[in-house]
Amino acid sequence: MASVILRHREIPDIHKLNVYKKNGGFDAFKKAVTKMQPAEVTDVVKNSGLRGRGGAGFPTGMKWSFIDNKNWPHYVVANADESEPGTFKDREIMESNPFQFLEGVALVSFAVGANAAYVYLRGEFWQIAKFLDEKIAEMGDAGYLGEKLFGTEYSLKIYTHLGAGAYICGEETAMLESIEGKRGQPRIRPPFPAVYGLYGKPTVVNNVETLTNLPLIIQNGADWYKSLGTPDSAGVKIFSLSGRVRKPGNYELPFGATFRQLIYEHGGGVLEGHPVKAIMPAGASSSFILVDDKVLDTPMDYANVRTLGADLGSASVIVIDDTVSIDWVINKTIHFFKHESCGKCTTCREGTYWMMHLIDDIRDGKHSTATVDLLLNVAKQMQGKCLCPLGEFSTMAVVTGIERFPQDFKVHNP
Amino acid sequence: MTKQVTLTIDDKKITVPQGMLVVDAAKIAGIDVPVFCYHPKMEPVGMCRQCMVEIGRPMIDRATGKAILDDKGQPRLQFMPKLETACTNPVSEGMVVLTQSDKAKAGQKDNLEFLLTSHPLDCPICDKGGECPLQNLTMAHGPGQSRYLYDEKMHLAKNVPLGELIFLDQERCIQCARCIRFQDEIAGDAVIDFDERGRSTQIVSSSDPGFDSVFSGNTTDICPVGALTTADFRFGARAWELDASASICSQCPVGCNTTFNTRREARADGKIVIKRVMPRQNEEVNETWICDKGRFAYHYAESDARLSKPLVRKDGKLAKASWDAATKAAGTAFAEAKKNFVVLASGRLSNEDLFNLKSLADQVGGKAVLYSNMGGGDLTSLVGVGAGTNFAEMGKGTTIVVAASDLYEEAPIWYLRVKQAAERGATLIVANPRETKLERYSDFVIRYSYGDEVKTVQDLTKKGKVGDAFTKADNAVVLFGSDGLGLEGSSALAIACARALNDTEHVGRPNNGLIGVWQRANDQGAWEIGFRPEENLVAALKGKTVYIVGADPAGDDPALAKALNSAKFVAVQDLFETETAKLADVVFTAQAYTEREGTFTSGERRVQRFYPAVPAFGETKPDYAITSQVARQMGVILEGTSASVVFEIMAADLPTFAGLNYAKLAEIKEQWPIVGRGDLYYGGTTYENKQGLGVQLSNAASRGEKVTLPRLPKVAALRPKENKLLAVPVTKLYDRGVTVASAELLDQRIGETFVALHPSAAKELEIEAGERVKLSLDGVSKEVVVKIDDTIPAGVVLMPRSMGLPINEPTEAGLKVGKKAAVR
Amino acid sequence: MSLAKKYSKEVKQILSKYPAEHKRSAVMPLLYLAQREEGYVNKTAMQDIGKILDMTETEIASIVGFYTLYHDEKAGKYRMQVCTDLPCALRGAEQFMDSLCGNLGVKVGETTPDGVVTLEAVTCLAACDKAPMFQIQSPNGLEYHENMTVDKTIELVEALKKSGTEVK
Repeated sequence: MASVILRHREIPDIHKLNVYKKNGGFDAFKKAVTKMQPAEVTDVVKNSGLRGRGGAGFPTGMKWSFIDNKNWPHYVVANADESEPGTFKDREIMESNPFQFLEGVALVSFAVGANAAYVYLRGEFWQIAKFLDEKIAEMGDAGYLGEKLFGTEYSLKIYTHLGAGAYICGEETAMLESIEGKRGQPRIRPPFPAVYGLYGKPTVVNNVETLTNLPLIIQNGADWYKSLGTPDSAGVKIFSLSGRVRKPGNYELPFGATFRQLIYEHGGGVLEGHPVKAIMPAGASSSFILVDDKVLDTPMDYANVRTLGADLGSASVIVIDDTVSIDWVINKTIHFFKHESCGKCTTCREGTYWMMHLIDDIRDGKHSTATVDLLLNVAKQMQGKCLCPLGEFSTMAVVTGIERFPQDFKVHNP
Repeated sequence: MTKQVTLTIDDKKITVPQGMLVVDAAKIAGIDVPVFCYHPKMEPVGMCRQCMVEIGRPMIDRATGKAILDDKGQPRLQFMPKLETACTNPVSEGMVVLTQSDKAKAGQKDNLEFLLTSHPLDCPICDKGGECPLQNLTMAHGPGQSRYLYDEKMHLAKNVPLGELIFLDQERCIQCARCIRFQDEIAGDAVIDFDERGRSTQIVSSSDPGFDSVFSGNTTDICPVGALTTADFRFGARAWELDASASICSQCPVGCNTTFNTRREARADGKIVIKRVMPRQNEEVNETWICDKGRFAYHYAESDARLSKPLVRKDGKLAKASWDAATKAAGTAFAEAKKNFVVLASGRLSNEDLFNLKSLADQVGGKAVLYSNMGGGDLTSLVGVGAGTNFAEMGKGTTIVVAASDLYEEAPIWYLRVKQAAERGATLIVANPRETKLERYSDFVIRYSYGDEVKTVQDLTKKGKVGDAFTKADNAVVLFGSDGLGLEGSSALAIACARALNDTEHVGRPNNGLIGVWQRANDQGAWEIGFRPEENLVAALKGKTVYIVGADPAGDDPALAKALNSAKFVAVQDLFETETAKLADVVFTAQAYTEREGTFTSGERRVQRFYPAVPAFGETKPDYAITSQVARQMGVILEGTSASVVFEIMAADLPTFAGLNYAKLAEIKEQWPIVGRGDLYYGGTTYENKQGLGVQLSNAASRGEKVTLPRLPKVAALRPKENKLLAVPVTKLYDRGVTVASAELLDQRIGETFVALHPSAAKELEIEAGERVKLSLDGVSKEVVVKIDDTIPAGVVLMPRSMGLPINEPTEAGLKVGKKAAVR
Repeated sequence: MSLAKKYSKEVKQILSKYPAEHKRSAVMPLLYLAQREEGYVNKTAMQDIGKILDMTETEIASIVGFYTLYHDEKAGKYRMQVCTDLPCALRGAEQFMDSLCGNLGVKVGETTPDGVVTLEAVTCLAACDKAPMFQIQSPNGLEYHENMTVDKTIELVEALKKSGTEVK
């Protein structure tokens, strides 16, 4: 099957404007601006069943339709903060298929009536930002950005904005704060960005991969896209495969492909032929899936993964084999979240710090069963009380790790 | 009117305006939802996560838009699976809030456990102990025991000066950001902020000086833990040992309501002393805030230099004397003087003091002179703001003009109130020859040249963008000051302002009229009572019999000292042996206002009571009583035993005060937000007002009397000329005035006497920033520090008032090139 | 010379990206600009940026403190930031880091005695499939080095020391 997102793998040099154009580039944007009403574009995306690829899986078209049309101007922000441990898909898209992504930005901007869009890249994507700036300039020169596009009244400018090392800025309201020149700390929601977003104006925030789907959806239609996935999860998804596999990397597969296909057919199996012990399907924020044959044969879409007690999220599949102890893994995730906690809300600020002490004791063998119980208890005590999802995420691996892999938390010297 | 909605909180039904937050609605219902980050004066942020409650909302049938009912005909409720924060959710019709359900209580308890994982258990040595929201809420809602191991607690610096006034204990801070948000949202001085992130988050200040804001002390009131303390009070006393006395701040014309906390202590030889000044709520004056001058500069009355007994000059020397001897000496001299009798008094005195002094002057046939270089108070009596005026009500439709005043330095709380009005949509016009902080919030800035004040204000009534904003406004208020002006200039400016207001019918109604940004707390009262400043004070004093009360002319200006030297007789009434007292024939020793009761009339013409906080010092007496005793020696009967009776006599005598008495001034009404009860966690440690909100005076215009405004005098205003510098007086909040100077804490903020110049002027004179130059002005020679400031007009040199330079009005100055600068 | 003067063109270009009434948005790009000078943001630069954007120095410092790619202290000319987060660690990043420490003779967080390289451990850099990896932050920006070995890294460090020039 031809790629939808990772088209550079089949079309070399698609990052060049003429090559992209030769392969249907900007046809969708031109069609939308010259032949469609903004609401029609939204409708096509709604009907395509496209859901947000950043992790939450919220229906994209519906998100756009919430935008407050009584308050102007509108803004679009592309979330290129990609910071979830285990996720590295947006980077490949932007590095290798930048125009398709930028055309997606242009399409959503037109659909919601935004004349300015910001691409928020994590600070480490310094070189990608430079590269995108060049591509944006090329688009401007070619008449795809700027004033009165295609002879219509519609104008659009796209800007890049670099973060500077803060995982939390991937959370959409923290991202908006960061663009506004503040500390990247999440806002209380509601109001959601569609009502109160960048500079207090209605704003749509979409992930890079989500946006990169748009040109082909507009070009080929909603039905085409729907036909690619499962009834629950339309289209294709990039699975970032990492951890203890032979061939880690990004794999674009239709929703519904199984874990087994991903890990064994595409990823070449586990290093040194070990069995898969656990899967974290959504990066460090995931619950652990305790793996058996049935799990490996589960189709990867939003609904089916949920039956395994986890979320597919951004589909950053971290494979853990039997050489790895789960307490070591959650030691890593807790330290990560403690480091990235923005400090705004008590629950996450204090909770991640407390969990870090407990897991350190466990890793140092200074613990009793009470320590493990307390760790589980603290994690559960955090749940449902944090200001934003980060704190919640920090508890997922802890709770499922202890509950599903109790043998890995045995007291060494009882 | 805002739509009202009815909701139920813990079985209590309550009706409140739509849009109100659940936490506030609960407070009105008498239900305490614990909060740390939420403060009723600031935007909710929902970050401390303490106010966890269960919220149920009626389920609505999407088709019909009506509530879905259950079997019993009651609306079916939908509760969120998660607890919600009461501080971020607005109320809605039919909402049911459970603050005491098992789930809600567990959420509140769990959160306190999280907060306490990092918080030290040092309550026994913490300044906040006894009035600490964290301590109180932990007792009420927290876990009895922490599962967090004590050894794992973070250890951080406990003694971090954010500046020399405010200290931070990093261990105690719970990162609620109230202080940071106060400085950003309310004060507009974002000079403290968080550094780092996560558990490493700490408050820092990079400003120079540290925590560079005149509102900094308020952060210690709203800090819900003992993280922020003032250098003044920290380690000073325990909250529960303190008595509280209501007062009014005497530092500026705003009239902030305050509370003096006092204690009898060994350190003060068993005397009762003031330990701190706290704000007292008056939403129409200072809300729940005070500025740092009001908070920290009160120490002058404690000074060892206070005079305890009257002095009478004997054989050329001042010697202690009895009250009888001293008053007799003065009384005899005053009686003889007749029309040569001059009372020179300042707005530091209370209405009662000034009324008795004015009565005495009238009886003798002399003059009552106000010691002030600012004019226009007669006009504020006519067309000043009055009854019903409240900055808090001003917003869209109101235009506020601030002319020749730097409110941030001269009346900080007015700065806050005007800023907030502008943020609510009021049109703000700031007219000043130099940049002032308030301009940040203004719609129009008018930058005129020194000397063009009158013309600038006259232009407000002309057509154009600015003129329209003024003339067409529903309401208009003009605050005028004396930035760069003396008596003549400010009087002319006041007339221009009054005429502009009167011509555009912005008088005689609430939220309209003139406000004088006076230099002293009760200047307005002095004007109402009939005191008037003298254009030529030297001439007015020469050869006269002078009774000087609450002023130090000889200390301020050598020319006045000279005039007093040639006066016939000088009686001085003060707290200290001032330069003027040293020249006196008789010195009366007055009580500080903290030792007695009385009233002040604020610039907004609100008459407010202050109460005694500490016992009187030595053999001092209240000013009005001293005057009464002197009068008695002359056979004149003036009330001298009770301030309230003096006030009643005044109210009977002066139409402006008609109908007022101490009981009326002590009336209170319900104020929002509710503060200071058992709920320090909510509004902070600001005091509830139980002692009176005061009464705003009416004015001639509102009484329907014919208002005749004076014509504009021809003022030969000085302007900067080529090769000549124009020296102009400006007011700085922290100065060497008698009511500030002995507050050592403020030494650094007061700094050295300086002059400020434009870079071009400095270049011409070949002097650099920070350099010390010698400056002579009217016979006073003083070393001053040079400040260079490119926001000052070229050709102008700013000189601060009350810093030892006799600068009363704009003066042409010829600063000499080189290290020795001289003026005139 | 102030930032606004020295880099007037860049400052103008940065400001042009944001609505004039929201120029505070430019604080992050301006901080990167300031870091070009010495690899960290000094007090003067904070004051300069504050002036350009009508922000207080404290507010600027607060931004610098929040984001890990801004520094307020001098370190080595090159900050070698090795990802030791979960996915990389599953592929040997911790052992890689240990041997780097041994070879460079520094601990994590320390700078080589010649002041050329500061070795740091960082969280996920979105290169999980190319571990072990690190980025090098220098005054001129950031550069990824992926699928690294200790030998290749030492070679790179030697080259950096020798040339003294910036990474390309």
